[in-house]
Amino acid sequence: MKSAVVVVALIAALALQTTVSGLMIGGRVPVNVVLVAVVYIALAFGAVTGMFAGVAAGLAQDALSGGIVGIGGLAKTLVGFLVGVLGAQFIVSQTIPRFVMFVGATLLHEATFEALSALVEGRHFALQMSAVLVQALVNAIVGVIAFYVVEQGPGIAQRRQMRRASFSKRRF
Amino acid sequence: MLDIRKRTGWLFFAVMMAQVILVSAQVQSKSGVKVLTLVTFEVFSRIERATSGGVSGVRNVWDSYFALRGVRAENEELRRQLAQLQVKLQEEHALAARSQRLQALMDLQSSSGLPTLAAEVIGGNPNPGLKTVTIGRGSADGVHTDMAVVSPTGVVGRIIGQPATHAARVQLLIDRNAAAGALVERSRAGGMVVGTDADPPLRMELVANLADVKDGDDVVSSGVDGIYPKGFLIGRVERSERGNGLYRKITIRPAVDFSSIEEVLVVLVPPRPATRDEGVQ
Repeated sequence: MKSAVVVVALIAALALQTTVSGLMIGGRVPVNVVLVAVVYIALAFGAVTGMFAGVAAGLAQDALSGGIVGIGGLAKTLVGFLVGVLGAQFIVSQTIPRFVMFVGATLLHEATFEALSALVEGRHFALQMSAVLVQALVNAIVGVIAFYVVEQGPGIAQRRQMRRASFSKRRF
Repeated sequence: MLDIRKRTGWLFFAVMMAQVILVSAQVQSKSGVKVLTLVTFEVFSRIERATSGGVSGVRNVWDSYFALRGVRAENEELRRQLAQLQVKLQEEHALAARSQRLQALMDLQSSSGLPTLAAEVIGGNPNPGLKTVTIGRGSADGVHTDMAVVSPTGVVGRIIGQPATHAARVQLLIDRNAAAGALVERSRAGGMVVGTDADPPLRMELVANLADVKDGDDVVSSGVDGIYPKGFLIGRVERSERGNGLYRKITIRPAVDFSSIEEVLVVLVPPRPATRDEGVQ
């Protein structure tokens, strides 16, 4: 069940990322939905699952982007593993810690990705911090919302359904 | 049961390394060779070197120790082959020696000016008291009693008894019943050489004390006996000393090695009555 959820989440994230890839700010896509999914999975299911999610998502993303397969995988594997470890060490069930975790994960991912790319391509390390920070904030917001929807969504739907049912009783 | 969650660190390391390898497979080095290929080649070359060294060591051990198990059989086979080759070599030596002897016989046959017949010694003497040999020529070949038998090295003896059709008995000159007219080649002092059972096996008799005979003088046949042709070497004076009576005591070392006679020449000249030779004093 957990594996199925992870797989579905990653596929959905990849599909969504390809959809929003046209939205660029400063020549850079302001959100990495796939990374958000990996961080979410790591926080929700632990380091090992987060790591494998990072591997799968990163490799898939690399393969779809047409670049060197493995760089994104490495970065997301590292992020998924570390986030999973930190999530097990600290209480990250509140919004702020989750927000911070998403921001940190994005910074780490972008730094790792850029460093590996520079290493492989033989160029200098140059990280556009403004764009990275924007992406980190957007990712954090998306991630926190995702947690909120997943955690609060069923309860909200249930309350709404119960409210509708009480209105119907009053009417008849 | 192995729980990979308890090996998280190793799992993470393995996954990261796998992806590093994956990336390396796609990245080219400065020389244009893919990094994975380069690293793989470097790593495997070291492994191959180590493996090769190990294999060489094992092979050396095998060759040096275990293969010795086969060396024994090989050694025995080589020894057998060596023995065969030694026999063959001896046969070749014998053949060469025989060829030389036959060549010498032919030279003697042509140089002597006498009608001769080559004969092979086919048997020794069954009686230790008599010194005779049997040759493979007989009456069918024109061999008769008292014909002289010579060899390239000197006088051998004479035909005794009645020859068979294809065999004849030869009395060696060293037989105690054998005798031949002889003279010292240097001084022409004459006498008679007889066989003895002593060493040396020849003695020269009937040589006057006044005769000039020295140690080392060659003694040849004089021809006065009517059997042996004149001028054939009999031997060399080993010791010559003055005797108590009228004659000297002279011992002679035979020119012929009677212990290894294989081919001889029979002088096909019928014996004639003994005469006094001019050279005999």
